[in-house]
Amino acid sequence: MSRNLYDLIGLAAAVCFILALKGLSHPKTARRGNLIGAFGAAVATILVFFFTGNKGETEWHTLPLHHLGLIIIALLIGLLVGVPAARKVQMTQMPQLVALFNGVGGGAAALVAIVEYLKLGKGASSAAVIATVFTVIVGSVSFSGSCITFAKLQELMTTRPVVFPGGRFVIAANLAGVLAAGGWVIHSGGNTSLSVLGGLSLLFGILFVLPVGGADVPIVISLLNAFTGLTVAASGYVLQTTLLIVAGTLVGASGTILTRKMAEAMGRSLFKTLFGAFTAKPTAAAGEAETRSVKSGSPEDIAILLNYARRVVIVPGFGLAVAQAQHTVRELADILAAKGIDVAYGIHAVAGRMPGHMNVLLAEANVPYEQLQEMDEINPTFAQTDVALVIGANDVVNPAAKNTPGCPIYGMPILEVADAANVVFLKRSMRPGFAGIENELLYDPKTTLLFGDAKDTLTKVVSALKNL
Amino acid sequence: MMSNGLALLSIFTLSVFVGFEVVSKVSSTLHTPLMSGANAIHGVILVGAIVVADHASNNVELSLALVAIVLATINMVGGFVVTDRMLEMFKAKKK
Repeated sequence: MSRNLYDLIGLAAAVCFILALKGLSHPKTARRGNLIGAFGAAVATILVFFFTGNKGETEWHTLPLHHLGLIIIALLIGLLVGVPAARKVQMTQMPQLVALFNGVGGGAAALVAIVEYLKLGKGASSAAVIATVFTVIVGSVSFSGSCITFAKLQELMTTRPVVFPGGRFVIAANLAGVLAAGGWVIHSGGNTSLSVLGGLSLLFGILFVLPVGGADVPIVISLLNAFTGLTVAASGYVLQTTLLIVAGTLVGASGTILTRKMAEAMGRSLFKTLFGAFTAKPTAAAGEAETRSVKSGSPEDIAILLNYARRVVIVPGFGLAVAQAQHTVRELADILAAKGIDVAYGIHAVAGRMPGHMNVLLAEANVPYEQLQEMDEINPTFAQTDVALVIGANDVVNPAAKNTPGCPIYGMPILEVADAANVVFLKRSMRPGFAGIENELLYDPKTTLLFGDAKDTLTKVVSALKNL
Repeated sequence: MMSNGLALLSIFTLSVFVGFEVVSKVSSTLHTPLMSGANAIHGVILVGAIVVADHASNNVELSLALVAIVLATINMVGGFVVTDRMLEMFKAKKK
C-alpha cells in the first residue's frame, strides 16, 4: 500500500471523528455519530496492520508486522478487559469509568512517546524531543490523576480534600522538579532523565488531584480529559501521524470547553477549584442551626400538595441516583402528567458527578429528554411553579451561594427553587450536602421535608397519589 | 512545499478551531456522552502503540509498547461501547 493511500484513509478516519462529535449536537443524531466514530477508529486500527514502516519514508516494509502474535494478544487482552467493563458499568458509576478510561489512554500515549524516543535515540529532532517531554509529563499526570479521581469516586478513599501541612510548597517543588527534569531530557537526553521525568510527573498527578474535593470532581475529570487529548496530539507529532494529531486535538478542545462550562456552573475560576483547598479557611461550625425546627410532612401530605398543583418542577440530585429512585420519579411524573399537571425537570449543570451526568441517569429511566431543562431555562419559571420537588439535591439549590459571601459555594449559580410557592425536600437526614454547608431553605416556612430513602418515600407518595 | 513539521503544526492549529466549533454546539444534555465519546476517540493512540510495537528493537521497548496496546484498546473499545450504551437510552424513549 502506498504512503499516500495510507494517509488518505487516515484522513477519512479523522473526518469520521469530527462527524462523531458533530452528531452529538442532538440526541437524535448522537448514536449514529458515535458509530461513525467507532467505524473510523476500527478502520484506522485495521489499516495499520497492512501498512507500517520506519520513519524517514525510505524503509517502508510490508506485511507482516514484527511481533504480530504479541500485538494481537495484547489487543485481545484489552478487548477482554474493556468490553465487559463498558457493558456492565452502572450509570451511577459512569464518572469512575470515564476517569479510568481517560487515565489508561493518557498512560498509553505517554508510553508510545517513550518507546519512540528510546528508538530514535540521539537522532531525534529537537521538536520531537520537546513533544516527547510534553507527552510524558501530561500523559503521566493524566494517568496518575485519573487513578486518584477514580479512587475518590469509587470511595476507595475519602472524597474530602486531602491537604497536608506545607502542601502547596510540596506541589510547587514537585512542579519545579518536573520542569527541571524536562529541561534535563531536552538538554542531554538519555534513559535516566526520562525515567526521572516520568516518576516526578506521576507524583505531580497524584498531588494535584488529592486536594480537590468530591464536589469539584466534574471539573477535574474534564480537565484530565483535555490533558489526555493534548498528549495524544503531541505523540502524533512525535510519530508524524496526522490522524493522532487531529483526534487528540478534538478531544483537547472538548475537554477544554467542558472544563470551562463546569467552572462557570460552579461560579469559580479553574485555579480556585484546583488550589482552593490550600487557601480555604476552616468554615465556622454551623452548630447553632441544628436546634431550629423544620417542618416535616408525611408522604400523604406531599401527595395532596402535588395533586392540587398546576405546575411541578422536579430538581434531582445525586442522592436520587444513589437511592436508585430514577424510575420511581418517572412514575410519579407520569401520574402527575396524567392528571394534567405540568411537569418539568430542572437540571443543574453540576448535578451528579460529571458534566451532564444527571441527564444520563434520567434517560436511563426513560424520562423524555424534552422535559430535562437547564438552569437558564427553568429558573424564570419557578415563580409560576406550585411545587418544587427537590430529591437528593442540596448544594445546587442552596441560597447560601447567593447570600453568604465567603462560604465555599458562594457565587455558584443555583436553581431558584425558593421562588416556587412550595418547596418539598426529599432527604435522608439533615446532613448537609457534598460541600458541607447548611441550607437555610430547609427552615423556610414554605418548605416541607420528607425524610427517608428517596426510593421508599417516593414509592409511598406514588401510592398515596393513586389513592386520591 | 511545506516542511513536514510545519505541515503538522498547520493541521494542529486548524484542528483546534474545528474542535472548538464542533464541540461548542453539543447540547448540554449530552455532556456525559460527549466526554466518554471524546475519550474513545483519543483511544486511537492504539494506532501509535501498534506502530511502535512493530518498530521495537529490544525487550524493554517491546514490553512498554505492548502495555500501551492493552491500555489503548481498553480506552478505545470500552469508550465506544459505553457511549453507545448511553446514547441508546437517549434514543429509546423517542415515541
